[in-house]
Amino acid sequence: MSEFKGVWVFSEMQDLMLEMLRKAREIADKRQSEVAAVLVGFNVQGRADELIRHGADKVYLVDNQMLERFGLESYLSVLHNLVVSYKPEIVMVGSTRNGKALAARLATRLDVGVAPDCNGLNLDEQGRLIGERITYGGNAIARIAFKVKPCIVTVPSRVFEKPEPKERDGQLVRLDVKVEGSKVEVVDVKPLEMSSVRLEDADVIVSCGRGLEKKEDKVLLEELANVLGGVVGNTRPLAEDRKWFTEWVGLSGHKVKPKLYIACGISGVIQHVAGIRDAKVIVAVNKDENAPIFEVADYGVVGNLYEILPALKEALKKQLQ
Amino acid sequence: MKRIIVCLKQAVDVSQLKVDPATRQLLVAGAPKKMSDFDKNALEEAIRIKEKFGGSVEIFTVTVTAEDVKAILREALAMGADKAYVVNDVSFKNIDTFGTAYVLAGAIKKIGGFDLILCGETSLDSFSGLVGARLAELLGLPQVGYVRKLSVEGEVVVAERMLENAVETVKVKLPAVVSVTREINQPRIPSLMMIMKASKKEIVSWVVADLGLQAEKFTAKIDVVEVLAPKTERKKIKITGESVQEIAEKLAKALIQEGIVGRR
Ligand SMILES: Cc1cc2nc3c(=O)[nH]c(=O)nc-3n(C[C@H](O)[C@H](O)[C@H](O)COP(=O)(O)OP(=O)(O)OC[C@H]3O[C@@H](n4cnc5c(N)ncnc54)[C@H](O)[C@@H]3O)c2cc1C
Repeated sequence: MSEFKGVWVFSEMQDLMLEMLRKAREIADKRQSEVAAVLVGFNVQGRADELIRHGADKVYLVDNQMLERFGLESYLSVLHNLVVSYKPEIVMVGSTRNGKALAARLATRLDVGVAPDCNGLNLDEQGRLIGERITYGGNAIARIAFKVKPCIVTVPSRVFEKPEPKERDGQLVRLDVKVEGSKVEVVDVKPLEMSSVRLEDADVIVSCGRGLEKKEDKVLLEELANVLGGVVGNTRPLAEDRKWFTEWVGLSGHKVKPKLYIACGISGVIQHVAGIRDAKVIVAVNKDENAPIFEVADYGVVGNLYEILPALKEALKKQLQ
Repeated sequence: MKRIIVCLKQAVDVSQLKVDPATRQLLVAGAPKKMSDFDKNALEEAIRIKEKFGGSVEIFTVTVTAEDVKAILREALAMGADKAYVVNDVSFKNIDTFGTAYVLAGAIKKIGGFDLILCGETSLDSFSGLVGARLAELLGLPQVGYVRKLSVEGEVVVAERMLENAVETVKVKLPAVVSVTREINQPRIPSLMMIMKASKKEIVSWVVADLGLQAEKFTAKIDVVEVLAPKTERKKIKITGESVQEIAEKLAKALIQEGIVGRR
């Protein structure tokens, strides 16, 4: 018998913690083991109930003024202390940028492995935890098992859906843990301007790439998106090089799963395509009949987006009446 | 600022990777390789810091590999690195992020005397994004990730880093590990002159024994059970017609028939 037991979830983002609880519950039930959520912060006790209602059997609460905002060293010292004391078998850490660094350092301190950014987590026939992640720039999915415990995985936002909350019993364990001070001083925080609708939540995304000539031409996509009840997305060069957007779809950006993704003036480079794998239907509009986007599309139109998009908008309006 | 260490990886050029459609295996062995994109940004940033501080700063690159990486080391030296270190061992073939960071840490300790370690945020091929943080942990240093702007001011680094919904400006005392994004700069392309000058620069090759490392540390802690191309089951229907209107109408009809529009 292994001395490691239980499935833990931790994230500095409560929503992500709730999402991970769904998967944690599923794995713990198969393992006949328990789910614990690690709640770290200052004046955060009020969140414990929500964690229990979403599937936690136990909430380890570490409430301390030094933990008011995320600090790598301080959060790491707490999490490390808890893992060493209670020996969970699986630790799921929310794959935010801070969470990923935390998982990496925790694993290093414990001499164990990490499966980062898992889009899938399952037990195989032998009962081993298998994490699935995109690798080789979106060309492949790797399945990863662990040789030592605890198994640490990181889970991005929106991979799992929040479970339905239920009234259930759980235990709140309040702990007093020594907190290390942080070595990184935050001198300024500016909120990022984000699009109002989260791309991950959209049912329809009309997306543009470098085929769009001017920022103002975005209106063509917005009008079509309006007819379809969707939002506008884009590729990385439009955000990074042209600064028309702050976010993008793809491997290094948002991974989306709409019912419909319309790719306009997008070549279909693997790093972009990696973000749209889970779309139900993909439509491609591109001038170049050899563009790789056609290889991953359900419907392809060889043509100029400046002509096709307005015509498509009109045709949809007519047919949807 | 005296010495900057840049961690470099030779990565599979994922944009040129082919897949065997029958088995969904990647044909990695035959794929071209290159300096991992993000690492090139890290090196460029080191060179820019050096240019700002004048000639007194040295830039050393460190690579952990099971392969022949001379070409990318020459490229790094031509860009402006002063010396390249490579730890080469066949047992690194299945190395994971723990092992990579462990060997890098061993090499960096042996080099010594550094103020700043720069890494790329992640590598082009495995895309794990863990090595910078792991390395910092092993060296007991602070780490700042996702940095898109960097300045060295005396004994501190001021960095602008991207989080999910905010941009943070942070200060950290040197020595420290900083991982950079591709936004931070545009890496230079070395001139012929620089390439010729680089051929005189030194490449130091080490094996595991030179570093006195324990083999069990760099045997992987994870087991990659399988790596397969995802199944793509797309319809690949080309919509054609006499006019733009006809094409648009056919496409609209298809989307309505799919049941994805008009039924909300
Ligand atoms: C490590 C790494 C990570 C990356 N991550 C991402 C990521 O997450 N997301 C991302 O998007 N990219 C990412 N990239 C960048 C990626 O490699 C490509 O550069 C990018 O996706 C290409 O964007 P694009 O399709 O808009 O532009 P291009 O490749 O330039 O394609 C433009 C297309 O528009 C077509 N076109 C032009 N005019 C018209 C017109 N009038 N009508 C119709 N079609 C037209 C052209 O035929 C062409 O196919 C990453 C790159 C790296 C190295």
